Amino acid sequence: MTRRRDRSAALIAGLICVGLIIAIALVSLLYQPYDPSDTSGGRLVAPSLAHWAGTDQLGRDLLTRLMMGAQIALVAGGGSVVIGGVLGIVLGLGAAFATRWLDDTLSAVLDILIAFPTLLLAMLVIAAQGASLGSAVLAIGLAMSAIVARLVRILAKRVLAQDYITAARTSGSSWPSIIGHHILPNIWPTVLVSLAIQFGAAVLAEASLSYLGLGAPPPNPSWGSLLQQAQATVYTAPLGAIAPGILLVLLVVGMNLLADGLRDVGDPTQRRRA
Amino acid sequence: MSENPGLIVRDLEIFSADGQTLVGPVSFDFNPGQRLGLIGESGSGKSLAALAIIGLLPDGLSSRGSIELGGRQLVGAPERIMNTVRGTDVAVVFQEPLTALDPLMRIGKQLAEPLRRRAAADGERLTRQQLRLLVRERLADVRLPDPDAIALAFPHQISGGQRQRAALAIALSGRPSLLIADEPTTALDVTVQSEILDLLDRLVDERGMSLLFISHDLAVVARIAPRVVVLQKGLVVEEGMLADVLANPRHAYTHELVDSARSLDNALDDALNGRDA
Ligand SMILES: Nc1ncnc2c1ncn2[C@@H]1O[C@H](COP(=O)(O)OP(=O)(O)O)[C@@H](O)[C@H]1O
Ligand SMILES: [Mg+2]
Repeated sequence: MTRRRDRSAALIAGLICVGLIIAIALVSLLYQPYDPSDTSGGRLVAPSLAHWAGTDQLGRDLLTRLMMGAQIALVAGGGSVVIGGVLGIVLGLGAAFATRWLDDTLSAVLDILIAFPTLLLAMLVIAAQGASLGSAVLAIGLAMSAIVARLVRILAKRVLAQDYITAARTSGSSWPSIIGHHILPNIWPTVLVSLAIQFGAAVLAEASLSYLGLGAPPPNPSWGSLLQQAQATVYTAPLGAIAPGILLVLLVVGMNLLADGLRDVGDPTQRRRA
Repeated sequence: MSENPGLIVRDLEIFSADGQTLVGPVSFDFNPGQRLGLIGESGSGKSLAALAIIGLLPDGLSSRGSIELGGRQLVGAPERIMNTVRGTDVAVVFQEPLTALDPLMRIGKQLAEPLRRRAAADGERLTRQQLRLLVRERLADVRLPDPDAIALAFPHQISGGQRQRAALAIALSGRPSLLIADEPTTALDVTVQSEILDLLDRLVDERGMSLLFISHDLAVVARIAPRVVVLQKGLVVEEGMLADVLANPRHAYTHELVDSARSLDNALDDALNGRDA
């Protein structure tokens, strides 16, 4: 009981954190305090009524850039999860249904992909595609697909061994129908939790790439590049580093809380008996 | 031979992945509308025989021999053919209704799916409303109280007996000509067991289905099938009318079975007085 109350508390806390970032991103779509490349504010101005979070070393309004950064973080997380989720589910189901040697081969490839550092993979993609948010999302999504595929494969195999799959087949269900009606709904709660965690990891990965200058090129206001730019002036203007750091933590921790809270959702055996 | 020659199993053998013979060779047959009891202790190959008939042996297992249903050869039949046989010609009710039902799907939806498929096979497209009515009707057919509530319930929310009735409704949804019931009452309380047997008895009669009833319990088989095949270690050791087998068991193993049937007296009474006591 306590455990379940903890979970709904986690769900609510996660929704608040993530909701806040989404709200910031939505507002920034409609309204920005300044043009993000407007440098008329003066360099490294302290927070004031005109510039709530001050300005950066080029004189750009920091609040505007933080708000735009929320868009980038959400696109990075969402885009990677879509690529990694779709590819991972398809690959994982494929492996679960494949013949023995194909399954073994796929599993070995997945293990190698998972062991391969995401940043290294990202550099390869960026070398081929050029540095951009798209390249970063593609690289992070590809790395994520291996993790998702391995999870989906093992979950699908476990479901496939259940009596209700045999029972469904005895009543003439085709494999596509069994995948749609039985396998996906049964693995979905666990996959969803994993995707929520992966979302947070993808946000961090994109920030790391931008920090290293491998994300969207300047004047891209990713929180990672804001952190990088603030590094030189961290003692004189600490807010430049603290603010993007806090937003990053809020989103990543929020997604993890959400993941924890989601564990019970979609599992009717956890609901009350009729 | 009659025009629709029921189920004919000839020299059926089932092998494990390493080539070991798990079942057979066994032969048995029955005409449309007849009932046959398949008896044997646990591990004697009853379930494997049932799965071979419906073409769903576990991975790695293989079968040889002949299984003809309504004149159609099922051993070695392509998956495309087997998929049309399953549900519409043969259906199965399993021992454990809790694991045979998808825990995350409402009962009504689990029944709606094969109903929709059967209608589609007959060239009919059902509206949602028609499907909902049909689901309620079929749940009522298996004497489930309050079908609307049951349709909305998840398997863990209803009792074991109700689950087995729902599983029976799903098995019957394709209007199969042969029903295989693999220990359908073994997991249930004695009183519930009796209700399910009565229901099965009535439904099989009403619909003129053939029934292959599998059990390790002679007393249970005695209530539902007049003719039995006794399996031991994958081989048929005795076959005949239940009354004869009980009165005059020829094989030592059948002796044991008869002796060990706890409710032997009831079984004898039922068998000698016909099914309906
Ligand atoms: N998937 C399998 N692989 C190998 N052997 C199996 C498998 N399933 C069943 N068997 C073996 O086949 C024999 C018959 O099993 P089964 O048909 O389930 O018996 P019953 O239903 O009569 O209790 C048993 O000895 C069992 O160990
Ligand atoms: Mg069995």
